[in-house]
Amino acid sequence: MGLTEQQIERYSRHIILEQVGGSGQERLLSSKVLIIGAGGLGAPVGLYLATAGVGTIGIVDFDKVDLTNLQRQIIHHTSDVGVEKVKSAENKMRAINPDITVRTYQTRVDAENISNIIRQYDFVIDGTDNFPAKFLINDACYFNRVPFSHAGILRFDGQLITVLPGETTCYRCIFNAPPPANAVPSCSQAGVLGVLAGVIGSLQATEAIKYLLGIGDLLTNTLLTYDALEMNFRAVKLNRNPNCSLCGENPQITELKDEEQVVCDLKSCKC
Amino acid sequence: MNLVINGKEKNIADSLTVSQLLVQENVKMPDMVSVELNGQILRRTEFEETILKDDDKVEFLYFMGGGCGIN
Repeated sequence: MGLTEQQIERYSRHIILEQVGGSGQERLLSSKVLIIGAGGLGAPVGLYLATAGVGTIGIVDFDKVDLTNLQRQIIHHTSDVGVEKVKSAENKMRAINPDITVRTYQTRVDAENISNIIRQYDFVIDGTDNFPAKFLINDACYFNRVPFSHAGILRFDGQLITVLPGETTCYRCIFNAPPPANAVPSCSQAGVLGVLAGVIGSLQATEAIKYLLGIGDLLTNTLLTYDALEMNFRAVKLNRNPNCSLCGENPQITELKDEEQVVCDLKSCKC
Repeated sequence: MNLVINGKEKNIADSLTVSQLLVQENVKMPDMVSVELNGQILRRTEFEETILKDDDKVEFLYFMGGGCGIN
C-alpha cells in the first residue's frame, strides 16, 4: 500500500529502526489489536498503540469514566467524567493519530460474545480488573488461537505474561481457577500506585508491537513480576503445565463458560 | 537446608512441606498463591505432601487483578 509522505514523517523514528523500517510500519498500519478494558492498563496501551500507528484498534468497556479513575487512567481527562470510557478513549486515540481506525464495544465480554469479537484481531490485550474476565479472555484466546498479553497490578506490584495459545504457558497453567471470594482484594479495596498501570501497560503495548512485527523474544513461558518499592523486575520461567485444565494433557475445560464473579468486601477480606 | 524463594536464598529448617513453608513465610492466604517448585506448577493438593529438599527453587506466584477499570 505504501506510506504517504506525512506517514513517513510521522513514523520516521520507527522507520529508521532496522527491525521496523518502512515495511514494518506498513505492517503495523495493517494490524488489528483488541484492548479489553479501557482502564489503568488499557489507557497507556491505547495511547501507545495509536501513536505507533497500529491501524485498527478495538476497545471494549461497559463503564463510564469516574473521578477515581483519573489517578491512573491517563487516557481519560477530567472533562470526561460521566462519559463512556470507550468513547473517551476513542477521542484521545483519534486525536493523537487520525490515521487509525478505532472500533468501540460498549459492552462487558462474556462467554456469548467474546469469540466473535476477538476473532477479528491479531492480538488481544487483557486490561481487565477482575478474575472471571481474565480467565474468560485466556480461555477464549485459547479456543480461537488468538495471542494475548495478560497483566495485573495491585498496590506496588505488577505482573505480565504473553500467551501464544496452545504453544506457550497460559494463565490457567499458572492459576488453575479464579480465587475464592474474599481471597484477593481488588485495586479499589487495596489501592494501587497509579504509575504502575503506566509501567505494566506500556510493557503490554511493547509485546503487542513485537508480536505484530515478528521481532525480538516475546515474554512467553515467563511471568515478569515488578516490585516498585524494591524497583525490581524478575522474570520467572514457567513451563507449560501438563495438568492445565485448559491446555494440558487431559483438559477438563472444553468450551467457554463464564466464571462466577467473586466479590470481595473489605469486612470479610482477610488479606 | 538452603532454598531459593522468589529468587532469594534462604536457610530453612529441614523436612518442611510446601504448606508449612507457606505458613513460615507468612503467606496469609494460600488460596491466592500458586507455587512453582523447580520449574513445575504444583497442584494445590500437593502442597501438603510435598517435602522440600536442599537447593529447591520455590516461586510464590500471586493472583493479581487490576487493570482497575471498574471501581
